[in-house]
Amino acid sequence: MTEVRALSGKAVTELTVEAMRSGEIGVADLRIHPETLKRQAQVAERHANPQLADNLRRAAELTALPDEEVLAIYDALRPGRSTAAELAALAGSLAYRGLPRCAALVAEAAEVYARRGLVAS
Amino acid sequence: MDRQRVNLDGFAVENAELGLIALRSPYDPEPSVVIEDGRITELDGVPERDFDSIDTFIARHGIDLSVAAEAMALSDVAFARLLTDPAVPRGEIIRLSAGATPAKLTRVLAILKPHELGMAMAKLRSRRTPSNQAHVTNRLDDPLLLAADAATAAAFGFREIETTVPVLDDAPSNAVACLIGAAVASQGVLIQCSVEEAAELELGMRGLTSYAETVSLYGTEQVFTDGDDTPWSKAFLTSAYASRGMKMRVSSGAGAEVLMAGAERKSMLYLEARCVALARAVGAQGVQNGGIDGASVAAAVPNGLRELMAENVMVMMRNLESCSGNDALMSESDMRRTSRTLPIVLAGSDFAFSGFGSIQRYDNMFGPSNFNAEDIDDFLAMQRDWGIDGGLRTVTPERLAGLRREAAQACRAVYGYLGLADFTDEHLARAVDAAGSKDLGETDTLAVLTAAHAIRQRGLTVVDIVTALDECGFPDLAERTVAFVQARLGGDYLQTSAIFDEQLTVLSLVTDPNDYAGPGTGYEPPPARRREIDAIRQARGVEDLRESQARCAAPGLLRRAGAAAQGSDARDVVIGVSPAVGRDVWRCLSGLAVPDVLREILAGLEEEGCVGRIVRFGDTVDLGQIGLAAARLSGSGIGIGLQGKGTALIHRRDLAPLANLELYSVAPTITPELYRLLGANAARHAKGGTPDPARNPYSDEAIEARYHTTVIALMELERRRVDPAAGPETLVLS
Repeated sequence: MTEVRALSGKAVTELTVEAMRSGEIGVADLRIHPETLKRQAQVAERHANPQLADNLRRAAELTALPDEEVLAIYDALRPGRSTAAELAALAGSLAYRGLPRCAALVAEAAEVYARRGLVAS
Repeated sequence: MDRQRVNLDGFAVENAELGLIALRSPYDPEPSVVIEDGRITELDGVPERDFDSIDTFIARHGIDLSVAAEAMALSDVAFARLLTDPAVPRGEIIRLSAGATPAKLTRVLAILKPHELGMAMAKLRSRRTPSNQAHVTNRLDDPLLLAADAATAAAFGFREIETTVPVLDDAPSNAVACLIGAAVASQGVLIQCSVEEAAELELGMRGLTSYAETVSLYGTEQVFTDGDDTPWSKAFLTSAYASRGMKMRVSSGAGAEVLMAGAERKSMLYLEARCVALARAVGAQGVQNGGIDGASVAAAVPNGLRELMAENVMVMMRNLESCSGNDALMSESDMRRTSRTLPIVLAGSDFAFSGFGSIQRYDNMFGPSNFNAEDIDDFLAMQRDWGIDGGLRTVTPERLAGLRREAAQACRAVYGYLGLADFTDEHLARAVDAAGSKDLGETDTLAVLTAAHAIRQRGLTVVDIVTALDECGFPDLAERTVAFVQARLGGDYLQTSAIFDEQLTVLSLVTDPNDYAGPGTGYEPPPARRREIDAIRQARGVEDLRESQARCAAPGLLRRAGAAAQGSDARDVVIGVSPAVGRDVWRCLSGLAVPDVLREILAGLEEEGCVGRIVRFGDTVDLGQIGLAAARLSGSGIGIGLQGKGTALIHRRDLAPLANLELYSVAPTITPELYRLLGANAARHAKGGTPDPARNPYSDEAIEARYHTTVIALMELERRRVDPAAGPETLVLS
């Protein structure tokens, strides 16, 4: 069985009460590792839920982004917040930074929002 | 009849124009799917160019194109029959449903009768082991009460605890209090703090909460947009939760669109079918539906409850976790709200409730649930009655008190250690004993707000909570909390229908798949769980009764005085008592002490000029036999029979055993006055006079339900004292 690691790379077995008390444990040690999410995506795929797998793969990508940016992208995707061009640019930026699946989601939103009047005026 | 509580409920005339229609509106589309060049160009009658955002997302992400043609070609009835046919495995339904459109699943589920929905649910839910979720909130956001109530909920067996706040900024404090409290009673309880998305995500990222479910989906584009989201923003949010390692499900359900006047003349089930298809499409692992806030809207129309249950089954068909509603009080009538919930509990769901109110109704900041703290004993009895697992278990008052005290103490210690707030001993004592926040007296709600702000501004995480717990003398709780953090990082609990059991093992679609395939298969509570379900605290055995009778024993009052002789005096009336009287049985079902009953009978006899004599017949428990034997021993030829439980009769020596002169049969309701009348009437019979007719008191209570188990145990005590060789024995009452 693969050893489970936190986002920081620390093995979860190193997350002990002593380590926490000594101040060695930061937020990155509490967060899930992208490889864990990818592995879970494969499990979801095998259990007849490719959409859950896609979601977990997008999530794996998002582990690279800071919290504020994740929330900012969410906000940008809400109705009437962004122009089609802004969404397209966001998609481009995500693709460039190695988040192709998230980029595809945003690009698709840009297209549909323009057609359905969900873009900022 | 108008005063019955059911008449407080609102009932609506079915009206498709308003969307007040449950299973099928004349405006629902015909199911259809057209696939060209590997893409869906028509969905449920709508051509691609007219797709709204929901259609588009479902068409692009929600339908398995490789089985769409096959699934859509099945007739509605043929598809519906697959759901209830035990020979068709769950996996086959999952495969076909993935290719079915929202309108198709609507038509299929509308065919199922209530019991067929139950059969479908039993087969189609993802997780083999059913579970349950609790609401833990209070009006004051009082941390000590939250901690104590979270401990209570975890002790009762809830595997998810959902809290929320009346004051938004209190959220971090509520999350911390529930985290600590739940951990006191059980390992691995998932905690949610339902607030707006950003705040909820932040709590999760700090390890203070471990799942989210208030991510709402709607069935029409207008209502969706009014909710300030789109399918893409929700899909992104779904990934955002997963990226921080948080379990998450979406929330939808009948009535939401109707309440916002945005149902677009569609049936509730069809709009929900769009939500559920979307839930699958965005990649959520599960759905909280079955009405939710709109449950009473669905319940107001014909077939409404059927629609609510069909929503849950639809989620299961989409291979998702079902958190099956029942979290909003849908009726003022106890019978109606039970009728709403019971079929789901019987069939078994991933979560029977998406929030059983484990707190008092008035403290539920989501609004009262369909079942609440007041109903836990009823629910436990229902589990036991049907032999099913609704996820809950009995907790003794002593254990509960201990857990609540430890939870409140740990919470207070953590708040004190981290400099968040100080709570007095009196406050702690009140929180431990409180049924709800009304029992807390005056509290400092500003202190809670200050604590919550501090948690947020200082960026406190679960690491700080662990440190504080360990430092304050709760090392086991610290270890338990760390183990939970470690377990969550493995990510197994992000799979469909995942919960942690009390050993921190993940139970999910993957690790605990539902294998129901007809009678003799599927989940059965394992023996230990069966015992838990059966052992409600009100259950009594013979030995319990022996002890309670022994506590009433007064041997000095009823002394043995040798073998009883044949009477010759015409005024002599023997009162025959059963074998255990004066030995193991001292108190009648009415609550009267046996010596007091005998005193009344003797007094009644004396009033009419007769003399009573108490004789114990040790050779039979049969009251007719005892009465007849007493009559034969009496000088007057009239006897009284009295069983220890209080049933009494008057007999005459020349009658058959089962015949008698008067029978006082409803032992729990016999009063001292009636026993006195019994004595007087026996004397009148002895003298050849006219007895006063005795009327057994009438009662509208469930006398049999209350007393039958006690009667059985009392009769067993009597039977164990039977000695066929025992002769009649005189007893003297002092």
